[in-house]
Amino acid sequence: MSSAFDEMKGHDGTAVRPAYGELDRWLKEVPPDVLDYRRREAELIFRRIGITFAVYGEADATERLIPFDVIPRIMAAEEWRRLEKGLTQRVNALNLFIKDVYGDREILRAGIVPEDMIFRNPAFRPEMNGQTVPHDIYVQIAGIDIIRVDADTFYVLEDNARTPSGVSYMLENREIMMRLFPELFSRHRIAPVENYPDELLATLRSVAPRSTSREPNVVLLTPGVYNSAYYEHSFLADKLGVELVEGRDLFVKDEIVYMRTTQGPQRVDVIYRRVDDDFIDPLAFRPDSILGVPGLMSAYTAGNVTLANAVGTGIADDKAIYSFMPDIVKFYLGEEPLLKNVPTWRCREPEHLSYVLDHLPELVVKEVHGSGGYGMLIGPSASKIAIEQFRAKLKTAPDNFIAQPTLALSTSPTCVEQGVAPRHVDLRPFVLTGSNGVRIVPGGLTRVALKEGSLVVNSSQGGGTKDTWVLDK
Amino acid sequence: MRIRIAHTTTYRYEAPPKTVTQVLRLTPRNHDGQYVVNWRIDLSRDCQLYQREGAFGNISHSFTAEGPFDELSVSVEGEVDTQDTSGIVRGAVERFPPALYLRDTQLTEADAAIIDFAEATRAKAGADPLTLLHALTADLNETFAFDIEPTHVGTTAAEAFKLKRGVCQDGTHIFIAAARHLGIPARYIGGHYCRTDDDGPQEAGHAWAEAYVDKLGWVGFDPTHGISPTESHVRVAVGLDYLGAAPVRGTRHGGGHETMAVSVHVTPASRQAQSQSQS
Amino acid sequence: MLSRTADNLYWLSRYVERAEYLARILDATQRLSALPLAYVGTGNEWESAVLTAGCAGSFFKTYETATEENVTDYLAFSTANPSSIRNCFEMARGNARAVRTALTGEMWDAINGTWLELKRFGTGPGSREETSRFLRWVQESSLRFDGSAYRTMLRNDAYWFSRLGVYMERADNTARILDVKYHLLLPDNERVGGPLDYFQWAAILRSVSALTSYHWVYRESLKPWLVADLLILKEEMPRSLASCYEAIVRNLDAIATHYGRQGPSQRQARGVRTRLQNSKMDGIFQRGLHEFIGEFITENNRLGMAITEQFLQ
Repeated sequence: MSSAFDEMKGHDGTAVRPAYGELDRWLKEVPPDVLDYRRREAELIFRRIGITFAVYGEADATERLIPFDVIPRIMAAEEWRRLEKGLTQRVNALNLFIKDVYGDREILRAGIVPEDMIFRNPAFRPEMNGQTVPHDIYVQIAGIDIIRVDADTFYVLEDNARTPSGVSYMLENREIMMRLFPELFSRHRIAPVENYPDELLATLRSVAPRSTSREPNVVLLTPGVYNSAYYEHSFLADKLGVELVEGRDLFVKDEIVYMRTTQGPQRVDVIYRRVDDDFIDPLAFRPDSILGVPGLMSAYTAGNVTLANAVGTGIADDKAIYSFMPDIVKFYLGEEPLLKNVPTWRCREPEHLSYVLDHLPELVVKEVHGSGGYGMLIGPSASKIAIEQFRAKLKTAPDNFIAQPTLALSTSPTCVEQGVAPRHVDLRPFVLTGSNGVRIVPGGLTRVALKEGSLVVNSSQGGGTKDTWVLDK
Repeated sequence: MRIRIAHTTTYRYEAPPKTVTQVLRLTPRNHDGQYVVNWRIDLSRDCQLYQREGAFGNISHSFTAEGPFDELSVSVEGEVDTQDTSGIVRGAVERFPPALYLRDTQLTEADAAIIDFAEATRAKAGADPLTLLHALTADLNETFAFDIEPTHVGTTAAEAFKLKRGVCQDGTHIFIAAARHLGIPARYIGGHYCRTDDDGPQEAGHAWAEAYVDKLGWVGFDPTHGISPTESHVRVAVGLDYLGAAPVRGTRHGGGHETMAVSVHVTPASRQAQSQSQS
Repeated sequence: MLSRTADNLYWLSRYVERAEYLARILDATQRLSALPLAYVGTGNEWESAVLTAGCAGSFFKTYETATEENVTDYLAFSTANPSSIRNCFEMARGNARAVRTALTGEMWDAINGTWLELKRFGTGPGSREETSRFLRWVQESSLRFDGSAYRTMLRNDAYWFSRLGVYMERADNTARILDVKYHLLLPDNERVGGPLDYFQWAAILRSVSALTSYHWVYRESLKPWLVADLLILKEEMPRSLASCYEAIVRNLDAIATHYGRQGPSQRQARGVRTRLQNSKMDGIFQRGLHEFIGEFITENNRLGMAITEQFLQ
């Protein structure tokens, strides 16, 4: 792990990379106790701001706040431009792929993705087959997880095409940094992120059904106060200036969606939904769901409402499908992928499986349908017993797993107990796709593994977040 | 054979609901073994019925009826000409390749007991799919008792298999679970069965399975009767399990407790005329 | 605004108001029951408290007789009584949480703070002092919440629905006291009951915090018909039926103007207010005080349903 690329000092750890020049000088000027003091202050403010949305008063409330690191992660303008191009290409391919899978199935006929990987995949929704969606856009909001291994190489780790979360942290982190470190800000020119809600609203409006003649009515659908991301939902609804609705606030009549208001039923055109497919309509999916809107799918298939993201987008961010992404990009766009894919062994294929079984101690093995860092094996840091247990699991159900080499995620200077030290980071930029193109607010959410040497950045596994600065040069 | 089908589902509400929303899969389509002569759906309340083709090629209707009302009934009436095709279904609307019907669903997941059952049948009947599927049908018909008491619409294949009792829906789910475990694509069929004898209860609807056999295509298997579908079977809806083919899925907003009464008449068209003149 | 949001705001206010009312009843009853029997007659004051709280049905399913201990527990702390003070605060906070972003920070702090503090009072009353400290705290909490709403909310539909909840609940509460105690307020009662009822009248006034107001308005010793007049017809008395309906009509009108549409609830509210304005105590006594109150309660419930129907679902 010592060979990891450091965002500030590169590979050899001697020369400070230009984008970090000012930060390096500043870190040297600022006394350690001041940094520590700011760190605690940040936590307090974050708690207070975060608290506005979290459910305080409850025993677990404070634990829900994700640790925040005060040292920003910085990217040069040029680096970002390359990343931006790659992300745009990737999300365009995702949209074309989903449209094809639920439509003409050309990629299956061409033999690029095996048929049963689509049709036997739980993320494939038969209900979407043959349906069109407004403007052919399925993934209006994507969270693409990016890792970096050296100065020039970015990998996509995961495409989140369902209901990616975390954007509220991106916005909050910036707010706090501007309050705490105004003078550090004045030494840089940093591309703003605060326009994200405006961009999101513009995107959502642009994908309204073509039949909508008025200014489209956009709502944000949340599972409700008991959902762990509820504060993000209410935060975004506030920033967007749209109603935060629950399933019971909506109803469908004559294949049109309405919300119940004090002034009577009001038509809804676009639903930014943070409720999973399974729960969105008890008449089409899980009948026991009380979070959804009965009949929503009939309004949706009639083309009278837009769901963002579309139903069935999970087929594109499935970990098994992920391994085909370079081919998918080439197939639809006729271009070489700008962002790399982590080499992936599909354990369902016998020769891949035998390789994986032979190299378990050096691989990361993930469950195809898992998320949040659960159910995975990190070979290099796993005990012999854990590896053998996993080997047995792998042999019984190889279809459920993929394996990847252990990549040395880049590190970034981070404030820890002992002072400032490098910690592994990833990056989740949020990619918006509307009828008028792709927009990406410069930056995204940087997640950091706070434990020394740890490669797991997921907040459920002790990860924290950082502000992400894209220098505007 | 011409079969006349008439059924009415009546919902009564203790307190009137504000709205009732339903999705209906009640309309059969043609294939080589059946031709729909005429068909209509009636609602007791004025509201628009929207017709669409659902995921598996089923015709679905949806509506929202606005209250208040104390009672709502949905009636279906029509005639279908059927022909015995030895259970082979050709010319039906197909939207997916057979591979899709290997997917597990919550209702059709095979547990250890069903896996044992499927494996035991294969050990006995051999690997030829058609023989194997017939053996599954016969075994289920023998060991699984018809009983409307112990199960409900949400009962899984595994639960029903443990009870060894249930309705046609349960037997069909077990069959599907076993077939999929054996690597044979299988699906749920909701429809009607026209009795030619008069004993025993008339089921509100009937259900059986179809399995995909190379060279033959989709073939029906009716574990409840231990046979492949005959000209007495009218095929209405296809799904991965009951939920995908359910005749009615509905919900209501407001109102109190609801009771439901179903009346079904599935009769040979000629006999129907006779019984009508007698009444 | 979303019907659910309006519904939550409306019930949030109602539950806070109800908690305060229950505290006042308990407080007044505690004072009354502390007097020597000769001053208050032989009636069971605690039973009367259960009646005015409107939960006699469920109470007597659990208890055979009403005592200070079980009534205080049932009305204040019980988790089994859906309308106990504890449950009122629980539900108010639940409503607040569901519409967190529709509240001002001050309102949220007030109701959430109350909810957090509630836990400190444990599961039941210890001593009388403890109970009365608790009752005072309930009234202060309600005042704090009401004040924060009044001082910090934007004057838009959210505010009007929240006010509507306050006055609907208040009208219902005052009417309920009158319904249980009407016999003490009949004009000939002075002769029948004599000074024996003096403390009862005082208790009634205290339970709507109007004992001082009475003297300011009438500059007379307590007369039962004047007590009735104050509680029913005096618009300047904030807990009178007339005052509640003045406010209900005002808030419903604000909503109607804002939405550009009148509806059944506006018509219903104006009807009730007109009847109150056109009534005199003489006439009410002649037609029967109890009948008048009974009709009012029916009409008030009808308005509650009309509001729900028109706006909240």
